[in-house]
Amino acid sequence: MSPIFLFLTFVALLSALGVVFAKNPVHSVLFLILTFFSLSGHYLLLNAQFLAAVNIIVYAGAIMVLFLFVIMFLNLNVDTEPHKPALAKIAAAVAGGSLLLILVAALKDVTPTGVAAGTAFNSQIGMVDQLGMKLYTDYLLPFELASVLFLVAMVGAVMLGKREVGERNF
Amino acid sequence: MIELPALGWQSIVIFVVFALSLLIATYCTYAERVIAAFLQDRVGPDRAGPYGLAQPLADAVKMFTKEEFFPGGANKALFVFGPCLAMITALMSSAVIPFGNIMNFGNNLFFLQGIEVNIGMLWVFGVVSLGVYGVMIGGWASNNKFSLLGAIRAASQNISYELAMGMALIAVLMISGTLSLRDITLQQSVAGEWHVWNIVKQPLGFIIFLVCAFAETNRTPFDLPECETELVGGYHTEYSSMKLGLYLFSEYVNIFVVSAVMSVLYFGGFNFPFQYELRDWFVSNQGWELASAQNLITILGTVGLFLKIFAFIFFFMWIRWTLPRFRYDQLMRLGWTILIPLAVFNIVLTGGLILAGVI
Repeated sequence: MSPIFLFLTFVALLSALGVVFAKNPVHSVLFLILTFFSLSGHYLLLNAQFLAAVNIIVYAGAIMVLFLFVIMFLNLNVDTEPHKPALAKIAAAVAGGSLLLILVAALKDVTPTGVAAGTAFNSQIGMVDQLGMKLYTDYLLPFELASVLFLVAMVGAVMLGKREVGERNF
Repeated sequence: MIELPALGWQSIVIFVVFALSLLIATYCTYAERVIAAFLQDRVGPDRAGPYGLAQPLADAVKMFTKEEFFPGGANKALFVFGPCLAMITALMSSAVIPFGNIMNFGNNLFFLQGIEVNIGMLWVFGVVSLGVYGVMIGGWASNNKFSLLGAIRAASQNISYELAMGMALIAVLMISGTLSLRDITLQQSVAGEWHVWNIVKQPLGFIIFLVCAFAETNRTPFDLPECETELVGGYHTEYSSMKLGLYLFSEYVNIFVVSAVMSVLYFGGFNFPFQYELRDWFVSNQGWELASAQNLITILGTVGLFLKIFAFIFFFMWIRWTLPRFRYDQLMRLGWTILIPLAVFNIVLTGGLILAGVI
């Protein structure tokens, strides 16, 4: 384990905890952005430069900007936060604790096997040209189906945002 | 592809690029005022030093000695963090820009580029899209309605124009087939072949990119986030002292970086016309060694790139003092209903021309 990996993991875990524990929603969003950055760092360590850049562009650059945008509009703060009953808090703690227990129990005996013997592992697969060749030859159908999914989502968003007949939004 | 070392020479290049970005940003403030004065038939700053050349220093002293003011109810940590973030993201993208070709000293090759990665274009695009955080966080943390409106305008404007900008980049990518900015530059001029700069192949894409660059750097006619007539000062209404200075500074650094990117993508980067002929002339007629002639061409190319960058910076300022500001709905309509369809059309057109073998 390289020092860079340890550092990035430390930052990722700490900022992920910050997302949950921050009182201010804007702080939570900023911690989440930091988490995405440290995840991109992990991708870089795995020699997946394209994935790292796209992770930054899509998540940190676009989606989180919209998150921040909405949160700024809503003006959430400690005063407006609804008070949760004690029962809900206990139920949440029990449910979260059992999930953690199950995950630890399921994963504690797992040994990383790496690449199956007999198949050649290509360490350059994360480079943009190799990844593109792979996506457009071996995984063409899933790739195109994902694009159809995006198209449907886009059309849906446009339909929801469309002005009704006779409606004025300004 | 040639692997570049991670440290050593490259760290010197990064430091020089960092210093140059700041120096150019400093003198952009001076140039802006001189050009404004020229276009409005005034004299402009001429008191501090010869031709007012010490004006940026005087401004810096003024900025640093002003009172540092925190508005009541402001989120103090984020209020300080906002301008810092604006500056950091502005400075980050120049790392991958090739400012020059190879220097050759006794078989030691030196690249005049911070880092050469095969995702250079994506890096620039990603960092540019992060630039809006500084504005948003600063505007929100000010606890002021005008600042918040400015921040929200900045966010929606950047997201809207990023799409068209990305699609304009895709057309360049289709021609070049690589994301590395160095390879894109080298493709625009190959020795012994007749090659043209990308602007000839991508005139429509360049215009789309240029308009989006204005919007992404919050420059007039798209400076709605700091629109004085409606929002006092927009996102930096509450800022004073050097925190305001960092916001204004980061805008000029952004202009420098965007100008450099446009020069590299569309105007041949460090290439200049007849460079190989000039090199061969030095070798055959003046009796120079090939390496030293190549070094001279590299230096001239770097000078040429900076001349292109300065021409773009001048263009940015020229537009600022010529065109009035857009209205907000006009800005959104231009982005979504004109630029994005045009960019899609440009992609289809480029694909068709590549299939037809024209470009």
